[in-house]
Parts: sequence; C-alpha cells; structure tokens
Amino acid sequence: MIIFDAVTKRYPGGYTALDEISLQIAPGELVVLSGHTGAGKSTLLKLIPAIERPSFGTIQINGQNISRLSRRAIPYLRRNIGLVLQENRLLFDRSVGDNIRLPLVINGHSLKEAAKRVAAALDLVGLSGREKEFPAGLSGGEQQRLTIARAFVNRPSILIADEPTAHLDSAYAAEIAEIYGSFNKAGVTVLVATHDISLFRQWSPRKIVLDHGRLVEQ
Amino acid sequence: MFNWLYLHFRAFAHALKRLGGQPFGTLLSALVMGIALTLPAGGYVLLDNVAKLARGVSGKPEISLFLNNDADSAQIDTIRQTLQKEQQLASVRFVSRDEALQHLESSGLGDVLGGIPSNPLPDAFIVTLRSDDPALFETFSAKMREWPGVEHVQLDSAWVRRLAALLELARTTMLVLSVLLGLALVIVTFNTVRLQILTQKTEIEISRLLGATDRFIRRPFYWFGVLQGVLGGLVALAAVWIGIDLLAVPVEKVGKTYGVLITLAGPGWRESLAVVGLAAALGWLGTAISVRRHLWGML
Repeated sequence: MIIFDAVTKRYPGGYTALDEISLQIAPGELVVLSGHTGAGKSTLLKLIPAIERPSFGTIQINGQNISRLSRRAIPYLRRNIGLVLQENRLLFDRSVGDNIRLPLVINGHSLKEAAKRVAAALDLVGLSGREKEFPAGLSGGEQQRLTIARAFVNRPSILIADEPTAHLDSAYAAEIAEIYGSFNKAGVTVLVATHDISLFRQWSPRKIVLDHGRLVEQ
Repeated sequence: MFNWLYLHFRAFAHALKRLGGQPFGTLLSALVMGIALTLPAGGYVLLDNVAKLARGVSGKPEISLFLNNDADSAQIDTIRQTLQKEQQLASVRFVSRDEALQHLESSGLGDVLGGIPSNPLPDAFIVTLRSDDPALFETFSAKMREWPGVEHVQLDSAWVRRLAALLELARTTMLVLSVLLGLALVIVTFNTVRLQILTQKTEIEISRLLGATDRFIRRPFYWFGVLQGVLGGLVALAAVWIGIDLLAVPVEKVGKTYGVLITLAGPGWRESLAVVGLAAALGWLGTAISVRRHLWGML
C-alpha cells in the first residue's frame, strides 16, 4: 500500500511541484498518472523511491513512513521498487546482460541465481539471445525493454515508469504498455506516468490526473 | 561472509579493469607515485648502508683505562677480575707499560721519549662494550673512574656520538621528506579518484537508483586507490634496486682506493613490504578523502 498524506513538494526558489496531494494506491493496482507537462507527475513518482523528499506531508509504503527516511535506509527501500525513468539511463559500456545483472549484484544474489534471473528477464521483454550485445546496438524500443528488464529483474513489488512510451512509435509503445500490463497481472503494483492513457486502456487502469501540482481526478 | 568476499572480489576486479583500461594513465600515476616514494625509500636504504659502512670501517669503539703509575700487580689483578665480571663488556685487553713503550717506539715516535730517563707510560686496560650505545659508554666510564688504582679513563666514543647525531639528523630529514612526499602521494590519489568518480558518474547514479549502498559504490574506488598505491610502491622498489645496481660498481671502486670493501645492500623483504604497504595505505587515504568529498553530493 502506498499512501500520500497531504504531500507538498516545494523546490528551492519557491516553485511548488506538488500541492497537498493525498491518495492511496492498493497493492496490485495499475495506476496511470496523467497531466500536462509540468503537472507534477515525475515529481510524484520520484517521491516514492525517495529520489525527491517531500517538503510537507507524509508518504507511507507498506506501513513504513519514508518521508524522513535516513540516507542509509534509502538503498533498501529502492531495492523493492523497479524504476524506469524518463531517460533510459543505461550503461553503454556494459553488455545488455551486465546492465540487467547490476541490480542483482547490488542485492547480493549468487552468480548462478543472477544468470537464471537475467535469462528470464530477457525472455520476458523479448530480448533473448542478445545478452552479449551492447545497448548502443539496440533500437529505442529495445533499450526501453532493457530498462524494464533491469527494473523488474529484482522482482520488486512496485514498478514505477515515467513516460516509458515517449519517443516510441505506436507499435513499439503498445508492446511496452503490454509488458507493464502483464507485470500488473502478475500482482505487481504499477504506476505509469504517460500522456497516452489509451495505450493502457485494455488493462482497466485507475486514472490519476494532476494539474499544476494539484490532484484533479482519481 | 561469502557475499561480502564476493563483493570485494567484484570491486577488486572492477578496479583492476579500470586500471587496465587506461594503461597510459595508470603508468603515469604509478610513475609519479613511485618517484615520490623513491626518494625516501632510497634515502633510508642509503642511510642504512652508510651506518653499516661506518661501523665496519671504524671497528668497535673502545674505552682505555689508564692506571696509576704506582699501581701494583695486586691492584691490576683486582681491576682485571672486576672487568671480567662485567656482563656488558665484549673484550678486555691488558697493555703493560712496557708493551705500550714498545708500540710507541715501533710506530716511529720513540724519539719523543728519548730524553726521559724512565718509562712514563702507565699500564692500561683496553675494553670494548657489547653495545654501541653512547649513553652506555658514558655510564660505564663514570663507574670505572671511581675504581682504586685508576688514574684516567679515556672514552673513545666521540665518533660514535658524532655518527649517531649525523644519522639522527639524516633520519629526521628523511622523515620530514617522507611526510611531504607522502602528502603529495595522497593528493595524487585524491585527484585520480576524483577523475574516476567523474568518469563513472552515470554508473554511480544508476547504481544508487537501483539500491546500491554507499559502501557498495565506494568499494571499487578504495581498491583502485590501494592498487594504484601498490603499483607506485613497486615502481619505487624497482627504482631503488636499479639505483643500487648502478651505484654498486662505482662505490666499490671508491672503497678500494681506501682499502675497504664496500658492498651496497638493497632493501630486505621487510623493508620492501613496508614500502608497498605504506604506498597502499597512502592510496587508501587519498581515496577515502576523495570519495567523501565527491560522492556525498551524488543523489
């Protein structure tokens, strides 16, 4: 369960990105965040893995108040959250396999277990057999799949994606949306910020709309 | 435990890969650190050789115990027995006044005593101590001065004190130099690691997002600094050995002109380990400061 209670995020200089947001997301929900550019979607998503910290209000994840989480505790929070941010943020000097393996190494999985999980993740996103290739050799859509595989390989209970279908053509975007839908079917809580809600319609998502940092529809 | 070792092994391999990935940069850094370490390491080896040489050339310092001219054989025996009981003495040699006179005459100074009717030289004991410690010489001489029948005690330790003082001065100079060059080494590592952090900024940020702890991120940098220090230490050792090899023949030639056999000795395995260990420790210190300074602000 993710609970936002009167969360406000104000940046230095006084810009308010989120204004008194209160919402609850149940485990296993598929939530689509929508709103115009600058509405606060990315900020809201970044508050969950503590990339950004709230200025006011509290955020609870599975009963744990993460609003004032210590710096040391943040890594352990993030290990349970799969992240796909706007920029793909891949390591271009590492192979596809090494990119996916990184969260497993961080989490201390054995080499054998890591190899199994990497193969399964590649299979899941349709990149089987391309483990030794480098990200630069992949198309934009494939890079997006690689990022998803990396986010999911640790089997997190929450998956967050910020504009995962931006810059992709409609066919690729539909495939990517399908991958998120299948994760949600498997019981993962999925939060996706997107301009194109129609891509996720077949999964009957819950829609949350933000406007100038305020919650206008949920 | 296994996981901890695996993480260290991985960080070590990662650091090795980074060092191997930029061979020219690694070589330059190792050379800079090696040269900085060569001066103090070579200086200490040189001092060690000088100390050994000085001892070898001058022999053991002695104390001459001159007796009263009227000391009889009973007094001489008593002094001999007392000396032989002393645990700290390495040797005791009696030189009678007649022997001393003969020695003087054979050395070509017999004419000096030509006008004197009787032998003015006293009986004497020449003693050597087990230790070269100047303080011990002083204590022992003071003690002997109090013995009955002893007229004068001549301490042959001036050179020991002079040499000890000179070596002490040289060692202190080397220590100051070592601290300064060690500081330079820390700065070199600090800067190299800073550049490494900047180069790997993306990887660090991604790792943080994926749940990497500070320790996980720092570990490869620590290994990087330590390995770089070790490489610097090895370069310094190689430079010292090359220096010794180059100097060995000329120094031997100089020694021959004085009738002395001089063999330069390089650092032993303990000294070699100390040089490499110290370099590794300085590399670690430079990394620790750099990592604290530059990683803190990232995410």
